[in-house]
Amino acid sequence: MNERLQRVAPPLIVFVCVVVLWEVLVRALRIPQFLLPVPTAIIQALGETLGVVFSSAVYTFRSAVLGFALGCAAGILVALATARWTTVREGLMPLAIAVNSVPILAFAPIVNNWFGTVNPTSKIVIVAIITFFPMMINMVRGLTLVESNKLELMRSYAATPFEAVRKVRVPNSLPYMFNAFKVCSTLSVIGAIVAEYFGGPRVSLGVYILQEAKLFRFDNAWAAIIIAALMGIVFYLVIITVERIAIPWHASVDK
Amino acid sequence: MAPVVTLKNVNKVFGTAAKPTTVALKDINLEIQPREFISLIGPSGCGKSTLLRTIGDLIEPTDGALTVNGKSAREARTNREYGMVFQAPVLFDWRTVIKNVELPLEVMRVPSSERAAKAREMLKLVELEKFEKHYPHQLSGGMQQRVAIARALAFRPGLLLMDEPFGALDEITRERMNAELLRIWQETQTTVIFVTHSIPEAVFLSTRVVVMSARPGRITEVIAVDLPYPRNIETRESPRFFQLVTAVREGLRKGEAMRVAS
Repeated sequence: MNERLQRVAPPLIVFVCVVVLWEVLVRALRIPQFLLPVPTAIIQALGETLGVVFSSAVYTFRSAVLGFALGCAAGILVALATARWTTVREGLMPLAIAVNSVPILAFAPIVNNWFGTVNPTSKIVIVAIITFFPMMINMVRGLTLVESNKLELMRSYAATPFEAVRKVRVPNSLPYMFNAFKVCSTLSVIGAIVAEYFGGPRVSLGVYILQEAKLFRFDNAWAAIIIAALMGIVFYLVIITVERIAIPWHASVDK
Repeated sequence: MAPVVTLKNVNKVFGTAAKPTTVALKDINLEIQPREFISLIGPSGCGKSTLLRTIGDLIEPTDGALTVNGKSAREARTNREYGMVFQAPVLFDWRTVIKNVELPLEVMRVPSSERAAKAREMLKLVELEKFEKHYPHQLSGGMQQRVAIARALAFRPGLLLMDEPFGALDEITRERMNAELLRIWQETQTTVIFVTHSIPEAVFLSTRVVVMSARPGRITEVIAVDLPYPRNIETRESPRFFQLVTAVREGLRKGEAMRVAS
């Protein structure tokens, strides 16, 4: 318990200091509200607008999670196919790495046009595309970066190629998969919100933040940003928790 | 008794036939009898690991005849006659100690109740029965290597192939592991082929030490070890032990001289 407190205390203290410093500095330097509202004003705005912010967040979170599920599932399946058929891997990997460095969000207006701006499918598809590539690339690494001795061992047992995939390559890829989940969880929340900046239904975080900013209600915009941040953090924590349960054997999990 | 392994004029050339890059094995002739403990010793690049891997059908010889228990190496492998231990323990991080030992039995479709019983028996043999629920990263290097040995013996292979299994261990742990391996070898009556570059280790463990030299990799001498059993600390301090260590060392030096002369 004491150890835990020692781990949690320093970042908590830094966080509180930053917030207090923010409040004090903004007031002391008389920075206008529309440039940077004080934390207390943001919290007050959050209290007043909680209903609409919450329902917007639920909508956006839904797009993020569904897109994440779709993109990650597709990434895993394609990676598994490449583990089985080497030619698929040789054809796909360089392309995937190239596409992964393309700012996919730039396609958001086009995808909006395909599926309809207020249709949730447009956001789900964008998030799915954004998460697909890191997932696939990491998963392929996990399936291929296997100690050759492990495969030789399976060979000495006269194991079938399928058994080598199932008993060696797949378990070996799990830490890589969870790493990709962590990256993709953050990407999916960013993707969903930014995609909404290019247009979306009224009750969504992206549209809400954009609209409040245009109307100079910056405290409301900031309140929504805080909820967006919490959303990303919660998603990330859920994945870390699942990781701890799913791969307790991995050294990074062992505490 | 029929030999376990017979090698007749076995060659291994890496690279293509038109452009041979390395002669890893040259004219290897060797017969290994049942229940022997054979050490392959030589400088780096002498082909001792290549020879071991060739016997284990992880590498195909370029030419020559190789039989294991009267069959080809491939048949022996698909017949599951080899237990392999590498320099690294090569344990599966995601499996507990007992599940690691059960792995070959799983692949060989042994029913699960039988699997656990056999694995426990092997863990007892390597004196790790109290650690069956641990994960590999929770064990020391020496303990991990003992798990690897238990795993290699779990399906009672006729031939145990060991590629510098104690090379990464400190001297004290290594000597303890040597004594333990000797005990396991005697209890299980397995034939062992053991690659090492430690002279005392080879002499202490073996019934015969096969001395090899590099470029091309070939056998320069085979030294029979007549040290009495049980072998222990006193064995290591006996005059005969030193004589044999010296004999192996001279064999290695002679191989080196031959290489330089040719």
